[in-house]
Amino acid sequence: MAQPLPRETRNAGPARRQRAPRLWLEPTVTAVVFGLFVLYSLWEVFFHNNGVYGNYVSPFFSPQVGRWFGMKSFIAFPVVWIPFLFRGTCYYYRKEYNRAWFWHPSACASPEPTGRRYTGESRFPFSWTNLHRYFWYLAVIVLIFLWKDTVQAFFFTHGFAVHLGSLLMLVNAIFLTLYTFSCHAFRHLVGGGKDCNSCAFGPNAGKATTSYTLWTKVSRWNQRHGSWAWASLFSVWVVDLYVRLLIMGVIHDVRFF
Amino acid sequence: MSEEMVLSVFRGDQTGGREEEFHVPLETGMVVLDALHYIQAEHAPDLAVRWNCKAAHCGSCSAEINGRPKLLCKTRLDQYEGQVVHVRPMHAFPLIKDLVTDVSSNYRAAKQIPAFSPRTPAPFTMYQRDVDRVQEFHQCIECFLCQDTCHVLRDHNARDRYFGPRMMAKIAEWEMHPMDTQDRREFLKDVAGLPMCNVTRCCVEVCPEHIVITDNAIIPLKERVADLYWDPIRAIFRRFQRSSTSSQPSSTVTS
Amino acid sequence: MSENRQSSGLSPVNLDTIETHDYDVVVVGAGGAGLRAAIAASEGTARVAVISKSLLGKAHTVMAEGGVAASLGNVDSDDSWDTHFYDTMKSGHFINQYRTAEIFAKEVPDRVLELETWGAVFDRTPAGKIMQRPFGAHSFRRLAHIGDRTGKELIRTLQYKVIHQNVDIFQEVTTTRLLTDEEGRIAGLFGYYREDGHFVVFRAKAIVLATGGFGKAYKVTSNSWESTGDGAALAFRIGAELMDIEMVQFHPTGMVWPPGVRGLLVTEGVRGEGGLLYNSKHERFMLRYDPVQQELSSRDVVARSIFKENQAERGTPHGGAWLDISHLPATMVKAKLPGMYEQFLSLADVDITREAFEVAPTTHYVMGGIRVDPETEATNVPGLYAAGEVACGLHGANRLGGNSLGDILVFGRRAGMAALAYAQSVDYPTLIPAQIEEEVRRVLAPFSRQDGERPYHMMSELQEIMTTYAGIVRSGESLAAGLEHLELLRLRAERMAVQGSRAYNPGWHTVFDVESLILLGEAVIRGALARKESRGAQWRTDYPEELPEMGKVNFVQTWADGHVVVREEPVEPMPEHLAKLFESDQAPGVVRQAARKANQGGGS
Repeated sequence: MAQPLPRETRNAGPARRQRAPRLWLEPTVTAVVFGLFVLYSLWEVFFHNNGVYGNYVSPFFSPQVGRWFGMKSFIAFPVVWIPFLFRGTCYYYRKEYNRAWFWHPSACASPEPTGRRYTGESRFPFSWTNLHRYFWYLAVIVLIFLWKDTVQAFFFTHGFAVHLGSLLMLVNAIFLTLYTFSCHAFRHLVGGGKDCNSCAFGPNAGKATTSYTLWTKVSRWNQRHGSWAWASLFSVWVVDLYVRLLIMGVIHDVRFF
Repeated sequence: MSEEMVLSVFRGDQTGGREEEFHVPLETGMVVLDALHYIQAEHAPDLAVRWNCKAAHCGSCSAEINGRPKLLCKTRLDQYEGQVVHVRPMHAFPLIKDLVTDVSSNYRAAKQIPAFSPRTPAPFTMYQRDVDRVQEFHQCIECFLCQDTCHVLRDHNARDRYFGPRMMAKIAEWEMHPMDTQDRREFLKDVAGLPMCNVTRCCVEVCPEHIVITDNAIIPLKERVADLYWDPIRAIFRRFQRSSTSSQPSSTVTS
Repeated sequence: MSENRQSSGLSPVNLDTIETHDYDVVVVGAGGAGLRAAIAASEGTARVAVISKSLLGKAHTVMAEGGVAASLGNVDSDDSWDTHFYDTMKSGHFINQYRTAEIFAKEVPDRVLELETWGAVFDRTPAGKIMQRPFGAHSFRRLAHIGDRTGKELIRTLQYKVIHQNVDIFQEVTTTRLLTDEEGRIAGLFGYYREDGHFVVFRAKAIVLATGGFGKAYKVTSNSWESTGDGAALAFRIGAELMDIEMVQFHPTGMVWPPGVRGLLVTEGVRGEGGLLYNSKHERFMLRYDPVQQELSSRDVVARSIFKENQAERGTPHGGAWLDISHLPATMVKAKLPGMYEQFLSLADVDITREAFEVAPTTHYVMGGIRVDPETEATNVPGLYAAGEVACGLHGANRLGGNSLGDILVFGRRAGMAALAYAQSVDYPTLIPAQIEEEVRRVLAPFSRQDGERPYHMMSELQEIMTTYAGIVRSGESLAAGLEHLELLRLRAERMAVQGSRAYNPGWHTVFDVESLILLGEAVIRGALARKESRGAQWRTDYPEELPEMGKVNFVQTWADGHVVVREEPVEPMPEHLAKLFESDQAPGVVRQAARKANQGGGS
């Protein structure tokens, strides 16, 4: 709802003409942040062959499939496409990049470029967003390794300890978990595809099924899907940067206890 | 209150038009439609505006107020104090006159949707938890503000290639009905133009009934279409199932 | 399509250029009754059209909130058609047509289930059946509902059913005249497209009027702009009879503040769900007026009680009563009354889950209307049928909440079926060109008048007159004064003028609304003068009692040589098996329930 103008302005003269809504602000910020993240990621996976510092593993390099097969360069590549495409096909990110990068539309009810014939998600590459569920399956596997890394981040050569890096890894794992399990495709898989959850006959008629209970929960998490998308984007970024800076020797890890 | 508001209302038809300014005394709780009625009674008796119930139940008085698609009967004037209130017709539909647009394309689309076809005639045994989901879509008042704000219809004029958010909610309402037997996935993909939506959620922002069209109707429908066309594992599973059970009830019932 | 679509002013009438359609059955009105009639009429191969003054799905039915009354017995198993019949007759103060009420009570459960088959999704009981809520003066919990938006559910279901039927729908076409043939049978109708003002003639074997009521005759009303009584006026002018037209229902709870929303309906569902009425002294005054049914007494009683509290200076700041539902959990209020919650929050800045809100009586419904046959909804004009609020017979002197949604389903269907049967038995009628020519001139006349009266001003003056002189409280004196004012207004209204072109011109549209309303306003006042008693919705201070001899008559009105003529007709007496139901003070279902409970008590 629009805020009433301050008194002074109102009395200053005849009624103001149309207020200029700053519709460009949100898409611009999103476009810049996404752009920076992509550039950072490219720099990270193209120019680095190590994402490990002691017991810390950068999320860009986990699991270390490249190392298992003895790859010497581009070792992040065998895995890093999974989270990248998981996000790229995510319904929330679709909204954000369709608005910020492609201006379809840049903001609601405001004009957008109409030059090329718009085909939405009916043609390649956007039609491949329909494969979101498969990237979700793969992302869950990656997430399992990430939790392994996170546990490992609390065990140093001298034993259990809590460092700043460990906490960052933990926060990152939590955000990624919330992001992954609030996914629209997951919501569909656990029960959204069913029209009726208690239509069974016999003694269980009318009782809520497990899938209904799950679907209700996921639906609730799903309402915050966008928040988790942003939170986990930044947490991945921060953890990777933290590990990278440790490797480069720019900073030193901080131990809490 | 004796304050006065300035309304700049679009007057014109297909051949062209411009905004005209009117001064309207502000009353407590006044909505934009009240102001337009005042203008009709005192200044411009032929000002065309569509309205019925003036209670946000019927969805007739959709227009754009200061550039935002809104219901005229639900938009309070006091929130615009100190500003000129610009009232224009819906942009996505062909203009008839002043604030009235031709929304008949919606009715033509609606006619094409395969109708609800229940397993058995009523009475149905359905539980509240199973109908909660479709009842959300039953809240729709067919104001077509979502159609107006949807950039596919608004900017790309693709009414022949996409039915729009309102019709997606209607299809979801039938498709997710516990008793429905019709399979509308092919229709969604090939006729209704579901893939044209790029989930930018503007429809959710304008809905006066707060229906979460994108997340609760469109995305679940996209997932159901993906089940059929974009999921090789499921396709194999389906084939296996079909060959093993020949007495499976058909998934579509012709009425 | 006509050549002179954009022209204004008088133009020579050329009948060949007028768009003409032929249909077996034409339904005027696209509310619940009209759509249900169209569905029924289109079951065969007949050509059926629906003509609607506004867009499809916007009709006043959409405003119905609380529910549709049907004795499904899902919640109270002792309910049955005879109890519903009993409640309906009793609340109608026995001037209803018993046969209409009997058919209604018996058929309405099937009609509700039929809606479910067509896709309506009512709220559910824990056992998965259609949920039913209590409502004023219904003996049992009876109203099938979806939150507080039941009317919307009905019209949406019927709307999507009808577009999948073999029915042509003409949206935004105003009907200005019914056409008859040489023998006085229905021959068709004349109207114009609101979009560009071009004329259209429908030649029809049968016409079903389903145009609703005329709540717009009053200033404070819950009705939308469409409720201008077009159908009743159209039929009246060609000789159809009106009955009990003085019976105008004032719904006890309309919004009061702010001024722009005055009259907007607050559903009876608020009281059905447990809302309580208080006066300014915080007394539950309904305990005084109706100790048994309290807040859920019949509408005439509650409306009058609020009025009386205000007369006794115990009203709220803006002349109403407090309605309070804030003692219930907020989540429940939002789930069961989402529309009310939203309506008050956005339009009045009131959160009904936290505070009480002001309500006052508002014009809501017209029980009277075109006199029709209970079985077929046929009027006395051959080929003309009427169903829903425009017709008369079911509700008597007071309508029960939830009965109107049932009314439109049951009698919409019957009217459609009867119209179809009639259409199949006759040939296409012959139109009389003179009627059409005359109508073209009449309809265009306002464009040629200079400095005439403004239609909008005529409308508000009419509403002022009806509210002041023939409102919730009436007397011989006020009615006579009202008649005088109305006559003066009618003369001025003959000089209504409009500016601009014929293209979507609301000023022009209002001319015909005003003409219908003035005619019906006169009928209301004449009916109210004839009924020298207080009964149901009719409350006369000079005759405050309900008189037994008046309970035996209906007042029937006809239009003869430009005058309204009122005559008495005896109320059809009930056959013995129905009359027996009223021997006890209690409804049949209540008696059965008591007996069953006694049996169970004795048995265990």
